[in-house]
Amino acid sequence: MVTAQGLVKKFESFVAVDGIDFEIAQGESYGFLGPNGAGKTSTMRMIACMSPVSEGTLRVLGMDPATDGPRIRGRIGLVPQEDTLDLELTVLDNLMIYGRYFDLPKKVIRERAENLLEFSQLTDRAHDKVEPLSGGMKRRLTIARALVSNPELLILDEPTTGLDPQARHLLWDRLYRLKLQGVTLVITTHYMDEAEQLCDRLAVMDRGRFAAEDSPVALIAEHSTREVVELRFRAGTHDDMAGQLDGLVERMEILPDRILLYSDDGDSILDKVHTMGLHPDASLVRRSTLEDVFLRLTGRTLVE
Amino acid sequence: MTVPAQIQSPLPATLDGGRERRRMATPPWARALSYWLYQYKRTWRGSVTTSFLYPVLYLSAMGVGLGSLVNHHAHLVDKVTYIDFLAPGLLAGTAMQIGGNEAMYPVMGAIKWVRTYFAMLATPLGAIDVLIGHLAWIALRLTGVIAIYLGIMALFGTVHSPFALLAIPAGVITGMAFAAPIAAFAATQTNDVAFSALYRFGLIPLFLFSGTFFPISQLPGWLQAVAEATPLYHGVALCRGLTLGQLALGPDLAHAAYLIVLTAIGFIAAGRTFRRRLVT
Repeated sequence: MVTAQGLVKKFESFVAVDGIDFEIAQGESYGFLGPNGAGKTSTMRMIACMSPVSEGTLRVLGMDPATDGPRIRGRIGLVPQEDTLDLELTVLDNLMIYGRYFDLPKKVIRERAENLLEFSQLTDRAHDKVEPLSGGMKRRLTIARALVSNPELLILDEPTTGLDPQARHLLWDRLYRLKLQGVTLVITTHYMDEAEQLCDRLAVMDRGRFAAEDSPVALIAEHSTREVVELRFRAGTHDDMAGQLDGLVERMEILPDRILLYSDDGDSILDKVHTMGLHPDASLVRRSTLEDVFLRLTGRTLVE
Repeated sequence: MTVPAQIQSPLPATLDGGRERRRMATPPWARALSYWLYQYKRTWRGSVTTSFLYPVLYLSAMGVGLGSLVNHHAHLVDKVTYIDFLAPGLLAGTAMQIGGNEAMYPVMGAIKWVRTYFAMLATPLGAIDVLIGHLAWIALRLTGVIAIYLGIMALFGTVHSPFALLAIPAGVITGMAFAAPIAAFAATQTNDVAFSALYRFGLIPLFLFSGTFFPISQLPGWLQAVAEATPLYHGVALCRGLTLGQLALGPDLAHAAYLIVLTAIGFIAAGRTFRRRLVT
């Protein structure tokens, strides 16, 4: 569906995307995971044919965005980072207008709108203005709107940023259903749980480049241990404690608020910590996540 | 919760694609225009009321009221009454204001506030479609407002020639001569501060000194030359000739040409500023 080779995006002298290669297959859900400013949105905007490619090659649905932009855009759906809904118009009118941009007959749009409102649980708000809707509802409407043209490829730029946990889970459920129906999804996010839930394959992005690319499970297996011990000590004592813990495990990360010990057997490490006479204020043994992968690859956390 | 049918499987070609193939494709700019029509659904009442009220108020107060004084005390140009002189000037002035206004805040809003243009650009529409669609909407709006204005003028007995119907396209092109360049300018702005200055130091002085309320022959010589160089003067002169039935082919064509050229220059400039702003 999408292939990129040496893809670069420059804004004057600033390089937002610095030579990335990827291939996204039909029916796949592919994620770009990285902190703000990693170049995710610039990449999305290029795939969505809204932003010209500075260097390298990009093919979307087998076509070149530089020459076939309108045709490609006719077959993809975009959920931008910032909603572009018309707040003064009704929910239904927002769908109707968007369908018109694709030159769909009104009757077809109305039929689809009915289904999509059902799908996004907005049927009873169809004739309400968009303005008073909650963030989650607006986001679902934006997704419904992007689906009005029956896109083969759906591009979602940070679909759940700023939503409460309940709204996020509902949205994930909707996206998962789309995935099951064979819609190819391209998602950017800085939430590792979102990436883990939704993506078959992930590109971990940092400063315009790929730090790694694989399935979430493979990324964790390759770049982290099975388990992680999180220790919290009294503020200001972390460096001192870290000195004492040195050598206990192969890899240790000292964060401002906690110390992470990487090991395949967290419980036994925690026992050893206790035997050493150290008493953290709080401790936790958990499985490795993409956050750990990101920390390993970039030395930084995802959400600062 | 069921998954929408069209997501489960693409609609059968006979149901969807077939119908689409039989229809003539709507040009992309016309699809952009349809947004503004939708959006007008929510404001048309107030807008149409204003379109009626404005000429009625102006023509009563200034044309009838002030005009009775003027008619008593002045030797009128070309022996027309003040209201006959004033009405077409106001028509052109109104066209300028509508054209200017519609190209300022709505353009900025579609870029920064509502971000309508970006919604459009995620679809098959391109920056130029977005621009043409918006300008087409402004032209439609102008047509409506001016047609109403002309109707009110007729009720006040200020329409003296069948050529007056041509005041509708003349008014539209007057408005567009402002709308196109101002849209080009608006697309370069990051906030709306400049708009009130443009209004105060641009549109209002033009409204007052372009032969709208009094012939520019009343102005000092150098100011006359300035007035003649500005677009509203040509719009006023053109509309006045048409409603009074005092036509002069050469000068009238020159007035129209001036306005059309200004619109074209504005459009080309807007094409550049829109693309620069919207496609990054």
